[in-house]
Amino acid sequence: MKKRTTLFSGVSFVVYGRGDRAFFPLGERLFFMTKKGDGNVTAKPEKKWSEKATVLSAGDMERILRRIAVEIVERNKGLENVILLGIQRRGVYLAARLREMLREGEKVKVPTGELDITLYRDDISTLSDQPVVHSTSVPCDISGKRVILVDDVLFTGRTVRAALDAITDLGRPERVQLVVLVDRGHRELPIAADYVGKTIPTSRSENVEVRVAELDGNDSVVICERIGGDEDGVEA
Amino acid sequence: MEWRHKNLISLEGWTREELSFFLDQTEYMEELLNRPIKKVPALRGKIVVNCFFENSTRTRSSFEIAGKVLSADVINWSSSGSSASKGETLRDTVWTLEAMAADGVVVRHGEVGVPDYLAKKLKKASVFNAGDGTNGHPTQALLDLYTARQKLGNLEGARMAIIGDVLHSRVARSDIQAFKKMGVHVTLSGPATLMPENTASLGVEYVSDAREAAGGKDILYFLRMQRERQEDGLIPSIDEYHRRWGATDSLVSLASPRAVVMHPGPMNRGMEIASSVADGPRSVILDQVRSGVAVRMALLYLCLGGVR
Repeated sequence: MKKRTTLFSGVSFVVYGRGDRAFFPLGERLFFMTKKGDGNVTAKPEKKWSEKATVLSAGDMERILRRIAVEIVERNKGLENVILLGIQRRGVYLAARLREMLREGEKVKVPTGELDITLYRDDISTLSDQPVVHSTSVPCDISGKRVILVDDVLFTGRTVRAALDAITDLGRPERVQLVVLVDRGHRELPIAADYVGKTIPTSRSENVEVRVAELDGNDSVVICERIGGDEDGVEA
Repeated sequence: MEWRHKNLISLEGWTREELSFFLDQTEYMEELLNRPIKKVPALRGKIVVNCFFENSTRTRSSFEIAGKVLSADVINWSSSGSSASKGETLRDTVWTLEAMAADGVVVRHGEVGVPDYLAKKLKKASVFNAGDGTNGHPTQALLDLYTARQKLGNLEGARMAIIGDVLHSRVARSDIQAFKKMGVHVTLSGPATLMPENTASLGVEYVSDAREAAGGKDILYFLRMQRERQEDGLIPSIDEYHRRWGATDSLVSLASPRAVVMHPGPMNRGMEIASSVADGPRSVILDQVRSGVAVRMALLYLCLGGVR
């Protein structure tokens, strides 16, 4: 739907979309409009990110994951009762890599599942759009098992908090450990990882993007910066 | 995908992409029903009012279960014993719902257009049509689509026969709309007295002979016969109706080898469906009930979330 609307006196825009899902182009950027409960309309520029630096290459990522696989075996004195759970979406692929490395190195098939934490997010009622739900599948009953959570980036810690709630609803594991490829700081909750790939100090206006071949065409970790803004980075 | 619908009055405005996205989300919601603890905090603090001015068992309870699994507080408000039976006008009902700070209103009403009216009058709450008169029953269509897609895979090019009392059926109207949108070819069958006047305008063909309609179809959808219609002389007799248009083993055997048999419930066994078919291997009627909960979870989740 396309409609010409006068937003400010004397200035009119072509507005696309409908209802509270409308946007208009201004200059080179798109502005998304949100209708608040009091009837006022606000417009926010579309998020735009520019790549700043590649911090991990495909080779770096593989070496890090191999090291973490060894650490998992070392810390758990083997792989008995160990389950890998990847957090949607990038964590799922990282967990699959770890499973393969453990199968090669230890000749053990570690049960691996995927966990979606969307329905446990604490910001669900403050987002203007409902986040998309992805699949959750757990390979077996997790009660009494050692659950190793795998995520791509540890940032505020809120994703991990949600994941812990989700796990509680699925069973009562003996122990839960956390693997992250990148720890970028800025924690808002008392959460720490057991296995850290690389600690990368960042500013809040930056975003750390982990790319995996299955979804993004290549393996890498890239730091991105928001164009023209110092708003907070996002927890994917 | 950005979800742009706040209400569900009719599926008319939904695109095919939106339907596909919705069915994908439903799949993930169904997984929750397999868990030992069937509860997630996604809709914590939201109030959903089930507003039923007409009787319902499965629609109302599945909305209730869906809301509760997502942690919304669900209140049931039925017409008998409510102020509606004491003569409250619909406009007063709106104000009452507004004052109760409802976030979602599920409404079923005997009159066409009541959900639409509520959606226009209610400033904050989402409105979900759980059936209005003979007009539409969109969540039934969604759960039928979901069940069919689970059993048959991609529905593009599939063939469906809807058999029975199409004239009085809101289910048929919504299902025709939804299945056609997904690329399904729809044929209607049933007594000519129970067909809408112009079936061609619905974009479907009408075949009087059920055997011809069912031949080679992938989905056989039998509609519930309202027994009171028989009094009006619209059908010859229950026996004859069952013989000619009922779901019998011999009729079902004419369908394609992968065919599924669907029915919106509640069933009149021995009338529009034989017990041997209802409980037979082709029947997905119980899957439909289960899908109903998952579909309503996806609907509440997508429409009730976000900043208001």
